[in-house]
Amino acid sequence: MSVETNKIIVSVNNLSYSYGNNQVLKDINFDIHSGDYVGIIGPNGGGKTTLVKLILGILQPQTGNISILGKPLANFSEWSKVGFVAQRATSFDPKFPVTVFDVVAMGLASKKGLFYGLTNTDKKAIDKSLDSVQMLDFKNQLIGNLSGGQQQRVFIARSIVSDPEIIILDEPTAGVDIRSQEEFYKILKRLNQELGITLVLVSHDIDVITNEVTELLCVNQKLVYHGTPKGFTSGKHSDELYSKSVKFVVHRH
Amino acid sequence: MTNPFIYDFITRGTIAGIIIAIVAPVIGVFLVLRRYSMIADTLAHVSLSGVAIGLLLKINPLLTAIATTVVSSVIIEKLRSSKRVYGESALALFLSGSLAFAVVLISLSRGFNASLFSFLFGSIATVTNIDIMTVGFTGALVFLTVSLLYKELVYISFDEESAKVSGIKTNSLNIIFIALTALTISISIPVVGVLLISALLTIPVITAMQFRRALIPTIIIAQAISVCSVMLGILTSFYLNLSPGGIIVLTTIFFFFIAQILTSKA
Repeated sequence: MSVETNKIIVSVNNLSYSYGNNQVLKDINFDIHSGDYVGIIGPNGGGKTTLVKLILGILQPQTGNISILGKPLANFSEWSKVGFVAQRATSFDPKFPVTVFDVVAMGLASKKGLFYGLTNTDKKAIDKSLDSVQMLDFKNQLIGNLSGGQQQRVFIARSIVSDPEIIILDEPTAGVDIRSQEEFYKILKRLNQELGITLVLVSHDIDVITNEVTELLCVNQKLVYHGTPKGFTSGKHSDELYSKSVKFVVHRH
Repeated sequence: MTNPFIYDFITRGTIAGIIIAIVAPVIGVFLVLRRYSMIADTLAHVSLSGVAIGLLLKINPLLTAIATTVVSSVIIEKLRSSKRVYGESALALFLSGSLAFAVVLISLSRGFNASLFSFLFGSIATVTNIDIMTVGFTGALVFLTVSLLYKELVYISFDEESAKVSGIKTNSLNIIFIALTALTISISIPVVGVLLISALLTIPVITAMQFRRALIPTIIIAQAISVCSVMLGILTSFYLNLSPGGIIVLTTIFFFFIAQILTSKA
């Protein structure tokens, strides 16, 4: 797949958002380009999840605007081009009686519209997505019978089955063991580098994220930092950041 | 022993019962998975006011129950999704409100106390040909709509937020689903009665889920349990003169304990 490096996938302009009197985001501006692997970090309550919800259209911007693939969010309808992987722990009920295959098939909903049935091409696409996250052998298993790391790989398969341009992942490894996390990040890197899918990874784990992403956004109400992960960790920005009382817990695994 | 099916009323009751036993788990599975069991109970109480309106105005109570329950279900869903009140509070309003309304209507026309019992606990013997047509037509409508919207319903039940992100119109789908629930509940009145409907919708599904199969096999197991329970209820009501609605629900609970024993070996 060829990657048009300058194509803007997501554009956020002068975005502000408040819950009542509590301003969560203020004057946020940034662009995400095709092929980027963007990390969004920031303290809890700093507005990361709100930002993601705004980009995904779950919340409506109060000031400013967002466009996806060149279209203002209000007119955007090609949601099959946008994959989403939520936090595992809160996103589903492990007793839910669906197979891995069924879960990945959900990812075709937006592409096929209402009343769709699965064609052979769809079934092949599902197999291919499962294969690319090394979960094809688990196709007929119930999702609840898998480990946390395996479940999360299935959700990646669901997000890529509709052939998206961008995948947004909100704290995807919360509650997943360290070894599975490493495997998970390897898969993400491959999707980004080999398939050219633009990735946005939200995390509070600064250590992991700076090793993986190519571009870093640090959000704490305002956009505190936007640049390379190296620039962020080099210390040049840290004084400025810490003076704004951004604190991170650095894990040493 | 007398063959019960030489009596038309038993045959009619059985046909209605089997249709409901097949349709109820199709709706019930989504009620259980979405933790909506209380909605079933609330709508069942709402259907009682529908029945009371029918009896008072001398219209077929099944038809007035359908109309009242569907309209109320849409109002409940609108109230719930507007977040003006908690979802649970919307149910509390309607559960006690409709019961109060039903009681007032019943006291207005002192005449129908005898038939009221059959609406509360079901009375297969009173199923008319028009009722069978209503149950058959409505049941087919519910079954067909769920088949067409099956994948969307599974998606919003599994992960509503992701479903919304992927462009599924979750609000419309929720309204359609609650209206289908209202229809299913209304047509179940003659068989199990208002007070036991939510059990018929949920217990076979809860039982089937113990076997930990995929969704469609779970629905089929639940349908098998429902059909057996309904048949047993009708036969015991004929031979032993016991309340069919009560026996049906007790049988579903019996199956639940059997499932516990069968699945606890591992």
